[in-house]
Amino acid sequence: MNNIQKRLLKPSAATHQDRRGRLISFVCVSFIMILTVAIIGFIAIHGLATFTDNHISVWDFLTKSDWNPGQMGPNGKPEVGALAMIVASFAVTLLAALFATPFAVAVAVYMTELAPKKGARMLQPVIELLVGIPSVVYGFVGLVVIVPAIRTVFGGTGFGVLAGSIVLFVMILPTITSLTIDSLKQVPGYYRNASLALGATRWQTIYKVILRAALPGIMTAVVFGMARAFGEALAVQMVIGNAAIVPTSLTSPTSTLTSQLTSQMGDTIMGTLPNNALWSLALVLLLMSVIFNVLVKLIGRRGELK
Amino acid sequence: MRLSKLIPVGLAAAGILLLSGCGTKNKENAVTVVGSTAMQPLVQKAGSDFQAEHKNYTITVQGGGSGTGLSQAETGAVNVGNSDIFAEQKDGIHANKLKDHQVAVVGIAPVANEENGVKNLTEQQLEKIFTGKIKNWKEVGGKDLPIIVINRAQGSGTRKTFETKVLKGQQPVKSQEQDSNGTVKKIVQNTPGTISYLSLPYLNKQIKTLSVDGVEPTAANITTNKWEIWSYEHMYTSKHPSKATQAFVNYLMSKPVQSKLVKEAGYVSVHDMKVHMTPDNRVLPGQ
Repeated sequence: MNNIQKRLLKPSAATHQDRRGRLISFVCVSFIMILTVAIIGFIAIHGLATFTDNHISVWDFLTKSDWNPGQMGPNGKPEVGALAMIVASFAVTLLAALFATPFAVAVAVYMTELAPKKGARMLQPVIELLVGIPSVVYGFVGLVVIVPAIRTVFGGTGFGVLAGSIVLFVMILPTITSLTIDSLKQVPGYYRNASLALGATRWQTIYKVILRAALPGIMTAVVFGMARAFGEALAVQMVIGNAAIVPTSLTSPTSTLTSQLTSQMGDTIMGTLPNNALWSLALVLLLMSVIFNVLVKLIGRRGELK
Repeated sequence: MRLSKLIPVGLAAAGILLLSGCGTKNKENAVTVVGSTAMQPLVQKAGSDFQAEHKNYTITVQGGGSGTGLSQAETGAVNVGNSDIFAEQKDGIHANKLKDHQVAVVGIAPVANEENGVKNLTEQQLEKIFTGKIKNWKEVGGKDLPIIVINRAQGSGTRKTFETKVLKGQQPVKSQEQDSNGTVKKIVQNTPGTISYLSLPYLNKQIKTLSVDGVEPTAANITTNKWEIWSYEHMYTSKHPSKATQAFVNYLMSKPVQSKLVKEAGYVSVHDMKVHMTPDNRVLPGQ
């Protein structure tokens, strides 16, 4: 009797397994949390050193466009104005998203609504192929093909925002396309049936029902694409010209946050102002990616299908 | 249970990895070299030759830029830090903690696109182009074509040398910046109106080299300082380098390497120099 009672009151093998599983996943999750916090903390500490240790004003950093952290400016202070990089980063990102979205939506509609079987068989491998190409290859193609093409058509050197956004357009197209496909597939079948039953044409169904219903998902896709464009470094660096000048036109050389980071990190010494200034640029990038993430969450919440 | 069967397999695999990691190579005989990309081809070639002659040594050569080389050598993370500039000239580096080995001399020459119609510039014209005062090739006797300056990235050793010798402290014009010799070469070749500068090992017939005041950037002119835009290629080690590190540096300084490999790679041997440069950029006679 006593023995049975003991056995019944003791946790079973399955309970042990359950606890062990929970412990393992808890350890993994906390490791990732600590890692994320550590990365953010590390970038923040180094990025803020420009303002706390080197006494550069945050306002100057965000609104001035003279970038010369290694040398003294005319007023006896190093020039650390990141405006050109911030403007250029936003310009290439927005423009690339603007180019890519119509194409991505068209491809997604074709693959899910118009010719699901044939379309998927034809376009799926193409999209997957685009994802697999390393960014340095995109940059090289940009340097050898796109930059000279822009130079012949629009004049100037060919380096600039336009070349950068064309390269990014190809790079973010797969991201936006595949996420758009997912959100189109999530539109319930009875929406289509109901619309067609009411006498709507196929085009009206796609345009007025399916795309409307999938709009939050498509917007999320675009934001994800923009986040990728904002963070891309190498390919953009090769075609943007890397001049720390606020772009005056689509074909004037400029520099993005990432291109400035990659081209100068190797030649600065940890702890000096030129290095801290680069960390500040990284901090701006980090903040932007946080904002992109929040945007995705907000769009997702507002557009939930009930 | 499946998991319990996997554990011994995993342990065995980890053991093999550990053994292979520390079994074959002796840390004493390993030399890690990091830094200047301009020096990378030379040091890499010398490293593999050295390993062929001394089987028990391992030489690892990586790029990363002069700044990386200097700071990694100072902290002791690597055995040798390659740099195009004197440690004294780099902010944030404590030069007194490092030992300087000047293994070669590299010249830097202005290069321009084929189509501008100019082959020679005066020192003053060159200075005015890079400070933005001359904006069209016709002002220096060439075609009516706007000048496009391509600079190297801020903090680059090559740029520092060029600006010290040509601009003499003046602010450079705001312009495009590229972070490698290779990209600069590609852009100057293909873009009409461009001017930039390259280190001599990167020059060849495909790209037009400009002479300054009629002086050609040749090895002979560099040894006498007739061509003034040059710098040392430094290998910085700690004050008391390991035996292997010292052996590798000695190998680079040896007669056979200096008279063959260094010259073939487009550098000037330090043994040939008839002048020397001090960390504050003064050039004095004698080695």
